[in-house]
Amino acid sequence: MNGFGKLTLVETRLFLREKIALLGVFALPVGLVVGFGQIPDFAHAQKSLNGQSGTEYIAALGIAVVLISIGLQGIPMVIAQYRERGILRRLGVTPVRPLTVLIAKLAVWAGAAVVSAAFVVAVTRLAFGVPTPVDVGWFLVSFVLGMAALFSLGMLVSAVAPTSRSAMAIAMGLFFPNMFLAGIYFPTDGMSPSLQRIGQFSPLGAAFHAIRDSWRGVDPRLEWLGIMAAWAALATMLAVRYFRWEKA
Amino acid sequence: MTAVIEVSGLTKRYAGHAVVDGISFGVEHGEIFGILGPNGAGKTTAVECLEGLRQRDHGKVQVLGLDPRTARHQLHQRIGVQLQDTQLPDKLRVGEALDMYASFYPHPADWREVLDRWGLTSKVKAPFAKLSGGQKQRLFIALALVGNPEVVFLDELTAGLDPGARRATWDLIKQVRSSGVTVVLVSHFMDEVEELCDRVAILEQGRIVALNTPAGLVDQAGGKYRMRFRPTAPLDELSLLLLPGVTDVARSGTQVTVTGSGDFASAVTAELARRQVIVADLRIEGRSLDNAYVTLTGRGMEI
Repeated sequence: MNGFGKLTLVETRLFLREKIALLGVFALPVGLVVGFGQIPDFAHAQKSLNGQSGTEYIAALGIAVVLISIGLQGIPMVIAQYRERGILRRLGVTPVRPLTVLIAKLAVWAGAAVVSAAFVVAVTRLAFGVPTPVDVGWFLVSFVLGMAALFSLGMLVSAVAPTSRSAMAIAMGLFFPNMFLAGIYFPTDGMSPSLQRIGQFSPLGAAFHAIRDSWRGVDPRLEWLGIMAAWAALATMLAVRYFRWEKA
Repeated sequence: MTAVIEVSGLTKRYAGHAVVDGISFGVEHGEIFGILGPNGAGKTTAVECLEGLRQRDHGKVQVLGLDPRTARHQLHQRIGVQLQDTQLPDKLRVGEALDMYASFYPHPADWREVLDRWGLTSKVKAPFAKLSGGQKQRLFIALALVGNPEVVFLDELTAGLDPGARRATWDLIKQVRSSGVTVVLVSHFMDEVEELCDRVAILEQGRIVALNTPAGLVDQAGGKYRMRFRPTAPLDELSLLLLPGVTDVARSGTQVTVTGSGDFASAVTAELARRQVIVADLRIEGRSLDNAYVTLTGRGMEI
């Protein structure tokens, strides 16, 4: 096996050894669906959710939570640690470029997000009879763009934070407003129009709206896709610009 | 003998201050070359310029005929490096680390053999975080060697090792050399450099203040011998001071210390015999690299 293959394999194993992270990535989203799915009325269309069924809404929310928990918890912390502990520096004197390890790690995280999202879709369908996303194409586009936006935001945090501690602090400072504005804590459908508007510009907000709409067969608004693409492009550009391979 | 490393006028500045200030040296194939100096002398920075980890500001550097600045990737396939202050992921296992690093190189060694040679076979499944300081250090050396390098750079080889493990490590490094690998050793331990190195450059404030074999450095510094003993009868110290080669006689309690050069020790013992003074606890201390180092750099080692 070549260096990249080996690295990806090893990074996958390391990921699977972090039990608490696994709970956040795999158990929490499905747990949300299973938990809220017990509410009697949730199988039916909810007026407060703009006509979407509660379970379908929560399933879309679970997927958004997967994206942000990897993007703004896993990525900044782990990458900043890799720099802080000299792991990136050590790889810099091997024939494998340190960029390769970042790509391997992102590949593992992307894989985890896909598996977790598929798990949410499957459980929602099999246990609660909610149909799988109607508009598969738009659903996948929304998911991939949301992942790009949140993962690159995480990379940007790891790029600018001098230590893993500060990476965590900055990431948390982005995590909670994103969760709130996206309507993870309570639905944006009940928020004031101006707050709703602001929320749609947040990377998680745009991702959640797009995933939610494509699930029930409404084409996601192009502006949401554009907002996610813009966040991804901007954060990637800045992350590339400011990324340091060794601690100051 | 062919030069494996050629450095001339290597300079590296940080914020206008030259941390490495125009150093030049060559390393021959199959030699263990030491870079010795106090903390902050620029040893690590200099070596990192050779490894391609840092970009030099001035000077020429060739390692295995390659410029680390432009041929970084080709160079990294042929060198092995052990850095100071690096860690591995906590949950990465010893065997996985070696297996993975081996996969990076075009012609790696059998990683299980390397593991065995460095006494880590029983730790193959142990996660990095559970290793002792000495085991971590041995793992880092093993990682530097697993790619079958032609040149290996070791920065503070025996940091964190106990005396027994240090000796064992030295023996293994000698084996590495006898297999034809060139070794560059950064150290601030005199005994280590004296034991292992064929030649040593002493670096201070970014400059080479001396470059020689360990024995050559001692000669160059012109160190003196010291003789200590306890006379069992009263002794006229002045008579010793008049002997050829003796430069100093000092008494501390019952112990007399005579310092001198050349064949002064025979003169002293002959004089003592002539006066029928019997001595106890006679010790002669040779000139050491320690003393030479202090003489050559004009200061002691900060540890």
